[in-house]
Amino acid sequence: MGRLKVFGSLVKDSLDTITHGSKKYHIWMAFLTFVMLVGMYCYSIQLDEGLSVTGMTDRVSWGLYISNFTFLVGVAAAAVMLVMPTYILKDIDFKQAVLIGEGLAVAALIMCLAFVVADMGGPSVLWHMIPGIGVFNFPNSMLTWDVLVLNGYLFLNISIPFYILFKHYQGKESNPKVYIPGAILSVFWAVGIHLVTAFLYQGLQARPFWNNALLGPRFLASAFAAGPALIILVLAIIRTFTEFKIKDQTIKKIAMVVTVAAQINIIMLGSELFKEFYAPTHHSESAYYLFFGLHGKTALLPWIWTAISLNVLATVILTFHKLRNNLKVLYFACFILFVAIWIEKGFGLIVPGFIPGPYGKIAEYTPTGIEIGVTLGIWALGALVFTVLAKTAIKIETGKLRYKKQ
Amino acid sequence: MSNNNKKWFSLNLNSRKKQTSNTCGCGKTTGGCNSHNSKPQMSDEDFFEAAVNASIGEERKKDGFDQVFEVKMDRRTAFKQLTASLLIGAGAVSTSCSLVSGEETKEKAQIDWEEQFKGNYKLMSDNEKKGTVDRLVRSYQIRTGKTINMSAKNAEEDVLFGYAFNISKCQGYMDCVSACVEENNQDRSSQMQYIRIHEMKDGKGFNFNEADDNYYHEVPAEGHFYMGTQCFHCDNPPCVDVCPVQATWREDDGLVVVDYDWCVGCRYCMAACPYDGRRFNWSKPEVPEAEINHNQHYLGNRMRKKGVMEKCTFCVQRSRAGKNPACVEACPTGARVFGNLLDPNSTIRWVLENKKVFRLKEDLGTEPKFWYYMD
Repeated sequence: MGRLKVFGSLVKDSLDTITHGSKKYHIWMAFLTFVMLVGMYCYSIQLDEGLSVTGMTDRVSWGLYISNFTFLVGVAAAAVMLVMPTYILKDIDFKQAVLIGEGLAVAALIMCLAFVVADMGGPSVLWHMIPGIGVFNFPNSMLTWDVLVLNGYLFLNISIPFYILFKHYQGKESNPKVYIPGAILSVFWAVGIHLVTAFLYQGLQARPFWNNALLGPRFLASAFAAGPALIILVLAIIRTFTEFKIKDQTIKKIAMVVTVAAQINIIMLGSELFKEFYAPTHHSESAYYLFFGLHGKTALLPWIWTAISLNVLATVILTFHKLRNNLKVLYFACFILFVAIWIEKGFGLIVPGFIPGPYGKIAEYTPTGIEIGVTLGIWALGALVFTVLAKTAIKIETGKLRYKKQ
Repeated sequence: MSNNNKKWFSLNLNSRKKQTSNTCGCGKTTGGCNSHNSKPQMSDEDFFEAAVNASIGEERKKDGFDQVFEVKMDRRTAFKQLTASLLIGAGAVSTSCSLVSGEETKEKAQIDWEEQFKGNYKLMSDNEKKGTVDRLVRSYQIRTGKTINMSAKNAEEDVLFGYAFNISKCQGYMDCVSACVEENNQDRSSQMQYIRIHEMKDGKGFNFNEADDNYYHEVPAEGHFYMGTQCFHCDNPPCVDVCPVQATWREDDGLVVVDYDWCVGCRYCMAACPYDGRRFNWSKPEVPEAEINHNQHYLGNRMRKKGVMEKCTFCVQRSRAGKNPACVEACPTGARVFGNLLDPNSTIRWVLENKKVFRLKEDLGTEPKFWYYMD
């Protein structure tokens, strides 16, 4: 009963926290709400008319939604890069960052689920997918694996920070024996969610562009570059706008993670390009389309070359200690790396899988305004969720929010 | 896949589904060679199985909303009670003003409710299949005042459908395409077509990359030949494995079908199909009332809705009634051959035994039941 009372008070206090703030905070939240409303309006049109309002067709049947889903799974998985050193290696530097990382994972997972639901032709019959009530084609379908691991990861990433914050809220220390097993599990789980998502594509013999053994490992490398890069940017913003203290050392340590992952990612990219272009086969056509265009169809060229240049530039910047240790330069590098991987692991990966089609037909894909509206709406939803979580967590961690001590 | 009677090439790759052979070592299909014990001693495992069957019976196989909630109550009455209480609780106020139309609206609401929460067709018993078919027919009657004929006929024993396509004969007239669209009630507004005819240049071989599957000129065009593709009804279909809700499956007679009401519209099967055999309803399919084919099958050409997959079913409403698919019947050149692969006297077996046949993308291990040959 006591705990329930504390919980009730926590909910009340956090509601109080998230509805009060500076002018900038209010403008930010109003902006996000507006974008979300626009997204919901676009989605209502899509519900009404069907997926024909998107740019997807029978030839390219997955587009912007699934691209963003794929990318965000990577961002969610990257939280582990902070969890591991903090909880398991007891590297105290990361302690403040890890709650932020887990908050980011929760927001990314919510966006992932939203993107999948937005992509469904029949959201009203999604209960067919709930194990026990519907028919769950486990273990045959990789999509059912994905449903399991994503929801499990979401649970882990909600429960661990909640336990810690709940204890701190009452002014108590959290018991490592309770959360360490969960943290260790989440380390393996994070690798799992990304590999399973890669296998979703990797397992399709119909699509040679995806059906390659490097896809899974490359997913991991790019995720562990893009995710922590985003965390660095978020920490930079939090440092500027709140009293939450984050040492330079913490950011520099995360930058080290980003650097190594980005370097591995570049090596794998090289290996992939070598395989596709040294001895091109019938199966290299998708790669040809992506990098050079096929039969005059070149929609993805500007995107992928932007991504490759940004990727290489960011990796070079990060590799030099002098540049990396300059925080301004670091933020810039992280930003361009994030954008590069969003392009590359997003529609740079999904769309060419369908082009050319099974019989060589080249039909290009361009997202429509409605599709972009829904996508922006879901990103705004993620940003809103993260802001709410981070604001409460920071208030508790800085000791401003305590049970019966308002 | 070790059936010796099979005369066509079998890659035996990835094949988890062993085909059950109806033949005995002696060569006879029916009992009488005395090498089979008609009533063998029950083993412990069999006994356990039988005991479980006797005690909980069908419930072991049940799934889906109603299949879970139906314990020992007749599902129709259960749903009637559910729906009735719901109607009294919420909906009845606005709908039952007029007595006559109120009755119909109520019935329609009940049908819609039952349809929304019915189980997966694949797991339904024959009675349940009949139930949903009756509801769909009645619903159509209430909505349009017209009666349709919908079948729920299951696969027959000793039937495995196969298809052969004569490349030398096809002239690209596309009569098969229009017959298919009319027979299967495909969406007219998006011009959905299950069959694609690829026009290829002579002397270039089977070069799909340079083929044109969207031509609008007089055929046969000089210096070209034609090749049709559609769903190949693979024996090891990748689309079936990837479906997260088992809304698509391979029937016992080899047809790969979709339960349109169970499909969630994720389009994973579309990404998994190497043959471009699947189509998606991007918006609400529209067929002019006068053009609707009223002779339907639950798994075949019944009306679809927006946001679900559909595909060629070898015209299940026709093939299971002993007729040829519409494309075979419509073909003016006789390029299309359809039949039962297990019947040694069928035309399709003659083609497979006497012609040099091949299939597309055999290296993928999908085992299509669609062969190409030339004169």
